[in-house]
Amino acid sequence: MATTNGPAQGNERLPGELTARELLRWSWRQLTSMRTALVLLFLLALAAVPGSVIPQTAVDSFAVSQWKKDHTQLAPIYEKLGMFEVFSSPWFSAIYILLAISLVGCILPRTKVYWRGVRAAPPAAPRNLTRLPDSASFTTSDAPAVVLDTARAALRGKRYRVVVSEGAVSAERGYLREAGNLLFHVAVLVVLAGFAIGSLWGYKGGVIITQGTQFSNTPTQYDDFTPGKLTKAGALDSFSLQLDRFDIEWLYSGPRKGMAHKFVAGLTWWDADGKKNTYDLRVNHPLSIGGTDVFLIGHGYSPVITVRDGEGNVAYSGPTPFLPQEQRNFTSYGVVKVPDAKPKQIGLEGLFLPTYNGDPLNSAMGNDLNPLITMQAYAGDLGLDSGAPQSVYALDTKHMKLLAKPGGKMFRVDLKPGESIDLPGGNGSVTFDGVQPWVRLEIAKKPGTMLALGGAILALLGLCASLFIRPRRLWVRATRTADGETLVEVAGLDRSAGGDLSDDLTAFVAALQGAATARDKTAGASGVQEDQ
Amino acid sequence: MSDQAWDTLSIQAVSAAGVVYFLALMAYSAQWAAKRGLVAGDESPRAEVFGRFAFLLTGVAGGVHLLALVARGLAADPNRVPWGNMYEFTLTASFVAVLVTLVFFRRWDLGFLGPWVVGLVMVVLMADVIWLYEPVAPLTESLSSPWLVIHVIAAITATGVFTVAGLVSILYLLRSSGRMPSLPAAEVLDRLAYRLHAFAFPIWTFAVLIAGPIWAHQAWSRYWGWDPKEIWAFITWVVYAAYLHARATAGWKGRAAAIVALIGLATLWFNFIGINFFFGGGSQHSYA
Ligand code: HEM
Repeated sequence: MATTNGPAQGNERLPGELTARELLRWSWRQLTSMRTALVLLFLLALAAVPGSVIPQTAVDSFAVSQWKKDHTQLAPIYEKLGMFEVFSSPWFSAIYILLAISLVGCILPRTKVYWRGVRAAPPAAPRNLTRLPDSASFTTSDAPAVVLDTARAALRGKRYRVVVSEGAVSAERGYLREAGNLLFHVAVLVVLAGFAIGSLWGYKGGVIITQGTQFSNTPTQYDDFTPGKLTKAGALDSFSLQLDRFDIEWLYSGPRKGMAHKFVAGLTWWDADGKKNTYDLRVNHPLSIGGTDVFLIGHGYSPVITVRDGEGNVAYSGPTPFLPQEQRNFTSYGVVKVPDAKPKQIGLEGLFLPTYNGDPLNSAMGNDLNPLITMQAYAGDLGLDSGAPQSVYALDTKHMKLLAKPGGKMFRVDLKPGESIDLPGGNGSVTFDGVQPWVRLEIAKKPGTMLALGGAILALLGLCASLFIRPRRLWVRATRTADGETLVEVAGLDRSAGGDLSDDLTAFVAALQGAATARDKTAGASGVQEDQ
Repeated sequence: MSDQAWDTLSIQAVSAAGVVYFLALMAYSAQWAAKRGLVAGDESPRAEVFGRFAFLLTGVAGGVHLLALVARGLAADPNRVPWGNMYEFTLTASFVAVLVTLVFFRRWDLGFLGPWVVGLVMVVLMADVIWLYEPVAPLTESLSSPWLVIHVIAAITATGVFTVAGLVSILYLLRSSGRMPSLPAAEVLDRLAYRLHAFAFPIWTFAVLIAGPIWAHQAWSRYWGWDPKEIWAFITWVVYAAYLHARATAGWKGRAAAIVALIGLATLWFNFIGINFFFGGGSQHSYA
């Protein structure tokens, strides 16, 4: 990773003057230097911070609109800066794209160097071994060739690559460290690619289905649907499903009293060929259909409401999902729109309380022990024909009249299951037939996920190799001294970042020395002394 | 034993561990006092005895600390791993800090580190009991998954080891600026800090970038959602990657790298404690 430039080559030019080509080279060198990588990593960390402080549209769009309301001055500026979409903002992308380029610029040359290095023999012993930081020497009466042989065998046994030349052993091991490092950095790119594929070609969506109703996997059936930029219409696997039942267990005592657990949504589903299956969908246990995953992410209640219009006909009947305002007691808000009612269209808006306990605003519990609907009724024009899209969870009362009792007294539709009430002014009647549970499903397809996961696992393997393999070089030189002894010099070089060779070197020297002494002894016993 | 009895036992064990840690700290001080005035390299038999005693006491305290954790898990109904809230995370992370110190004590010659780890853990335990204590409760639905066990144990282990590593980095900074000559040489501390960080980094990578996303996928239907907790886990990861790079970059190795490591530790602890307090319900990861 060269960060310094050689002196400018042209003689005619002033120092510091660069041709376009040189400028390009210089920029590339800068970009792919380790120092730049370091700075970019810091920038990446820093750039992520606002995403945790300022609400993000992708995470919680409601919180974003709330924040904008509370900070009218800052909101437009933040909007321009992309502060509400930090992780897809140009500046955040710029940092990681630069980092990725820098990474490629770093990997390629290093792979080349590594490739050459792996095939080369361990480097020859430096002239003066004792100058290296980790070195030792001893003398023995063994011949140099014997010492070198012992050293070679010992190093081979420790999986060193060994060559003997010019009276010295050169050994090297730990080649896999750099391989691991390269693998790690390539794998980081693979993970990025996996996520990019997922967000470009995948999709996700949410839908509420009430017990007994069906859903089939087409965009129009979703409550909210977010495709990737390049998602094609045909990307949706065709399947359909139905909620047969929803089981839940409420806690009546203990520290989490009032909360629920053991949610199970009993599903029947049909694959593309119409084959029927069943699945018990639970939290942490998504249903996989081909590459599409179905998750259970919420639940609530759908009061079954029947509305008869002013002419006495049934204009609306069925379960209507109400949205919980509160996860603790499931006080839920909902809207009923009856466009078919005649002579006037009818709208209902209000609360569903699963356990009514005298308080008309709050349910006592999430469990439906004593259900009640308490709603206001409107008559007039629902505004559905204007063409403007409307949320099913909001009533547009601009062209509607709040129904009141004769004399202007407040009128409310307060009903328990099985009860009916007539609407004032001959506008018909409302019946509360019963309650059905609903579940909210999140359905997502993210191609590239396996690629990202595979990349992450490779990255981890590469990382461990890179951090824990200790590449090192060892040299042993044996020379005959003037007094007929053999001088053995041993030196080593630890090339890893956390290396500490001295203990191992001491042990190695001790082993060599031990072998020599043992030979001395046996040689002495048999009365044969080499070279004498 | 009843759940109630286990609960009581756990609380008593935490207090007992605190007391024994304190005794270990006393033994370390005695060792230090006995060594005073000795030239480096000189042995003092008395210091030796106190040192062994301190090690033994740390081991005993660690055992009682572990008992507190196990009893906490057995006090819950149904029995579970003791990693459901911040009180339990802190209890476990501090245990991990002691455990790595004990496990590598001989191999990496950690005698000098003993009093610092013991002192830190004692303070953390006190803070945990005073500010973070929560009664035993069953896990929420999305927390009861085998991936919880895997993800959380990895995150806590990495947190414990990073903390010890950060401690060594602080000692390195002090030593290399000429203070505390009784500590091992600056290079030794630097190398030890690197080894501890290098040990924790893959564990953190696994916890945050592999096990976490898999679990989030199952529980919340997305691998990665840029939730505040996830953002800060990512920031921590990037800062520690920067530390590893800094050590290999001329002009950054040494003191600058150590400071980067400490920034990493600050982001880690901010995520651990701060996110829950400041962002509260804003994070899906708030367990309160
Ligand atoms: C996505 C961005 C990157 C991440 C997350 C990352 C992460 C890491 C990690 C964790 C290590 C430590 C492994 C070890 O110490 O052996 C490392 C080492 C290394 N990285 Fe990166 N890196 C990134 C980008 C880059 C870039 C752009 C370069 C090129 C300039 C680079 C060059 C290196 C080198 C040369 C080492 C080896 C350092 C040593 O010998 O210890 N990295 N990287």
